[in-house]
Amino acid sequence: MDQILSDPFGWFNHLLHSLLEGWGLSPGFISFALNLLGAFVMGLGVLFLTLFLIWAERKIIARIQDRLGPNRVGPFGILQTVADLVKLVTKELIVPVGADLGPYNLAPLLAVMSVVGLWAVIPLAPKLLGADINVGVLYVVSIGAISTLSIMLAGISSNNKYALLGAFRTVAQMVSYAVPMVLALIVPTLLAGSMGMVEIVEEQRSIWFLVIAPVAALIFFISSIAEVGRTPFDLLEAESELVAGFHIEYSGLRFGMFFVAEFLHAFTISALTTTLFLGGWQGPGAAEYPLLGLFYFGIKTALVYFVVIWVRGSFPRIRIDQMNQLNWKLITPLALVSLMVTAVVEKLVVEMGLIRIGVHLGANLLLLALTLWALRAYSRTVRRRVENPMSGLTQSAHQSLSGE
Amino acid sequence: MTVTQLVFLLTGGVTLGAALMVVLSPRLVHAALWLILSLAGTAVLFVLLEAGFLAVVQVAIYIDAIAILIIIVIMLTRRVMIRGETQITRNWWLGALSALILFGGLLILLDMVPIIAIDTPPPIADADQLLEDLGRSLVDVDRFILPFEVASIMLLAALIGSIMIAWPLTTRAEGEGDQ
Repeated sequence: MDQILSDPFGWFNHLLHSLLEGWGLSPGFISFALNLLGAFVMGLGVLFLTLFLIWAERKIIARIQDRLGPNRVGPFGILQTVADLVKLVTKELIVPVGADLGPYNLAPLLAVMSVVGLWAVIPLAPKLLGADINVGVLYVVSIGAISTLSIMLAGISSNNKYALLGAFRTVAQMVSYAVPMVLALIVPTLLAGSMGMVEIVEEQRSIWFLVIAPVAALIFFISSIAEVGRTPFDLLEAESELVAGFHIEYSGLRFGMFFVAEFLHAFTISALTTTLFLGGWQGPGAAEYPLLGLFYFGIKTALVYFVVIWVRGSFPRIRIDQMNQLNWKLITPLALVSLMVTAVVEKLVVEMGLIRIGVHLGANLLLLALTLWALRAYSRTVRRRVENPMSGLTQSAHQSLSGE
Repeated sequence: MTVTQLVFLLTGGVTLGAALMVVLSPRLVHAALWLILSLAGTAVLFVLLEAGFLAVVQVAIYIDAIAILIIIVIMLTRRVMIRGETQITRNWWLGALSALILFGGLLILLDMVPIIAIDTPPPIADADQLLEDLGRSLVDVDRFILPFEVASIMLLAALIGSIMIAWPLTTRAEGEGDQ
C-alpha cells in the first residue's frame, strides 16, 4: 500500500510487467509492448480530453459573451461534444475536384500527430512522462514544425484559392512567431542548465521561472498562442476574409481532426507554459505523493488554459500588418534583449538564493517598464500622425505610408 | 533478427525509397514531401544509433527550417495548382552516373575505415559529456570561436542583403516605375 502512494506508476508498470512475464513472453518484447501501450494510452487519453476541453471552452466563451452555452445534452451540456462528434463521423467525406490526394489526406493526420507528439516529453507528475530525452526543449520546437507543415499541405493540396491564401498567411505567422518562441525557450534552458523537461521542472523546486523571468514567460505565452493560430492571431482561418482558410475543403472527420488538433494544441501550450515557467507538477508534498503532483499540474494547466480562452473571448482579430509589426518590432527584439539580460545576470550574480532571484526579477521589471515607455512614445507619434497627417512628413514618406 | 534490426531495415528502406522518389517525382511539391520523409528516416536512424541529440537537431534544422523553406519557395514561385510539368531533364543519365560514381567512391572509402569491419561497435560511454564539449568548443577562444563567428557574420550579411533586396525603391519618382 505504501508503494502505491509513493510510486503508483512504477507499481502499475511492475504489475503489468510481471503479468506479461507470467505469460512467458521475452523481456525485449515485453518492454516494447509496454512502451507501445503507454504511448497508446497517452495519445488516446489526451484525445478524449479534447472532448471535455471543447465543451469547457464553449461554456466559458458563452459566459464571457453573456450566453448560456451548451446546456441541453447531458448535465450542463457536457455531452454536447459527443453529439457533435457523432455528427462529424457520420458526415460524408467530400474530396474537391483536382485535389492533390496524397498531401490532402496526409495534412489532418500530421496536424493531430504533431500535437499528440508534444505530450511525449511533458512530465505530468514525478516519474510519469513519455520519454525523458535530454533535448526536450529542442524536441518541442521541432515537432511544432510539423503542424506548420500540415497547414501548408492542406492549403496547397485543396485546389482552392482561399485555402492557399490561408496557407500563405501561415508562412507569415507561424514561421515568424517561431523565432521569439525559440528565443523565449532558451531562457528556462539557461536558468535550469539543461534542455530536459524533467530537469527544468526539478530546478523550479525553490522558485518558479515565472518569477525569475516574467518577460520570457509572457513572450512564450503570446508567441505560442500565435503558433496555435487562435484569436487574436486566427488569421489563418479568418472567416470574414478567407471563408475558412486552410481547412475550407475539408469535411466530416477530416475537418474534425483539424478541429481537435487546434483545441488540443491550445491546451498543450498551457501544459508547456506550466512545465517551463510555472513549476510543472511542483507543489507542497508532490515529491512524496506523485498523484498530488498530477493534481497540481492539472490545476496549473487549467488556469493557464482559462487565460487562453479569456484572451480569445476578449480580443478582436488583429490585421496581418499589425501581426507582423507586433512580432518583428516588439516581441522578437524584446526576446533577444531578455535573453541577453538573463545570460548576463546569471553570469554576474554568483550568489544563489534570494539575491539572484531579486536581481533577475528587477532586471526583468526594468525591461518591462522600458518596453511600456517605448510603446507609449510610439503610440503618441502614431496618434499625432493620425490627427495631423501632413505635418512633419516628406512627400515620399507620406506616399509610402498611404499605401504601396 | 531482433526488433532493432527490423526497425533499421524498414527505416533504411523507406529512407532510400523516399530519396529516390525525390528525384523521380513529377511534381515539385511531392518531391519536397518525399525529401521530408527521407530526412525523417535519417532522424530515426540517428535514434537507432542512440544519438538522440543529432536526431532532434536533424528534425529541427532539416525539416523545421530547410524543408519548410523549400515548400514556401515552391508555394511562392511556382504555380502550385498547375500540374503536368516534368522535372526530369534530358541529362538525367549524367546525374545518375555521377550519383553512382559518388556512391561507389564513398563505399570504397568507408570500407577502409577499421571500425566498419567490427560487427557491433561498442556505444560511446559518456555521449552527454562529448556533447557538452562540442558546445564549449564552439565558444572557446583556443578552438573554434573564429569559424563560428565568421559563419555568424556571413548569416548576418545574408540577412541584411535580403532586406536590401526587399527594400522598396523610394528614390524613383512617381510614374517612372516600369509597372
